Amino acid sequence: MKIKTLSAIAAMLVSTPFVAVADEADKDANLVVNGEVELVTRAPAPAHLEGAVDEVISGWLFRTSETQSLQMDDFDNPGMIFVDQAMDDWGTAVGSEGKSCADCHGAVEDSMEGVRAVYPKWNETAGEVRTVAQMINECRTDRMGADALGYTSAAMARMEALISMQSRGMPVNVAIDGPAQETWEWGKELYYTRTGQLQMSCANCHEDNYGNNIRADHLSQGQINGFPVYRLKNAKLTTPHGRFKGCVRDTRAETYGTGSDAFVALELYVASRGNGLSVEGVSVRN
Amino acid sequence: MAIGVKPRVKAPKTAEVGEVVTIKTLISHKMESGQRKDGDGNVIPRSIIHRFTCDYNGVNVIDVEMHPAISTNPYFEFEATIPEAGDMVFTWYDDDGDVYTTTKTVAIG
Repeated sequence: MKIKTLSAIAAMLVSTPFVAVADEADKDANLVVNGEVELVTRAPAPAHLEGAVDEVISGWLFRTSETQSLQMDDFDNPGMIFVDQAMDDWGTAVGSEGKSCADCHGAVEDSMEGVRAVYPKWNETAGEVRTVAQMINECRTDRMGADALGYTSAAMARMEALISMQSRGMPVNVAIDGPAQETWEWGKELYYTRTGQLQMSCANCHEDNYGNNIRADHLSQGQINGFPVYRLKNAKLTTPHGRFKGCVRDTRAETYGTGSDAFVALELYVASRGNGLSVEGVSVRN
Repeated sequence: MAIGVKPRVKAPKTAEVGEVVTIKTLISHKMESGQRKDGDGNVIPRSIIHRFTCDYNGVNVIDVEMHPAISTNPYFEFEATIPEAGDMVFTWYDDDGDVYTTTKTVAIG
């Protein structure tokens, strides 16, 4: 009797590792959406990362195969619901000027192609680096006579998602030299600055420890090529600044504001760390 | 009508007779459970899709009853055997009395 129980326990012990394997990320998977759009999820690191990392890896490769497969079919990808909604917004006139996005920009497929891949980008008129979200709000307040959208609001996130979809498959290629360099340097400084009671910088997790677990979380490189991202944990789209805020908060620090100059600089720097990876349109993560 | 409700269906346009096809459906809906409270402490009234059906040429394929624990944007994936060419009618029933319908036509060949 006793022997029987023991052998049952032994059988359980033997089988346990196999259960664990089923939950693990498929690190060698290829990301092909709808069986036709092939996305680059591993690329040689850009020159400015020499000595830090050799290869840049999309967060998609750090997720479980179930989560991975959600992104491989647009019907299964819950983020596409929001893209559809933004498509309706695109053609809807708002504000005192009675204009919609489409009245000036025409078809989003043509006018916004490639935009997401090069933003944040130096804006000559404004004399500063601007994000896609800031450009959307500039259009709304200056040209449409409408109220600015909340920087990380649902309406903003889905409009960013729609714009991002028009660059899906293109390599991220933000400029870090020229007039943008100063902002980029600041972003780099922020990336390596330890914050909060836990005294952790972005780099502590996403450069030094990616691939390891922090409690139950499998740390990725913190790439933002897949943003806006549909997060299964809150069933909605998350923007880069929303995510930055969450990360900084988790170091138990007072966070920078979403849309603040500091986060714009950080977004430029983090985006540049993913130069060479594909824009994923709307990604799915846990 | 609840805001932002949009039914979506992915079904093959053609199939062989007797073929088993996979059908995916999703309806964007907030699925408010009726358990939550707003900022002032008032209960937010329940508003969910409580039933989903699929019929093929008048024959029922699937009939699903839903309850408040179903999360936002309910997604159903199921298989159906195609006996002949015809119309597949998908129907969602909302708590507020609205009924959303989508039809997909399947040809043989």
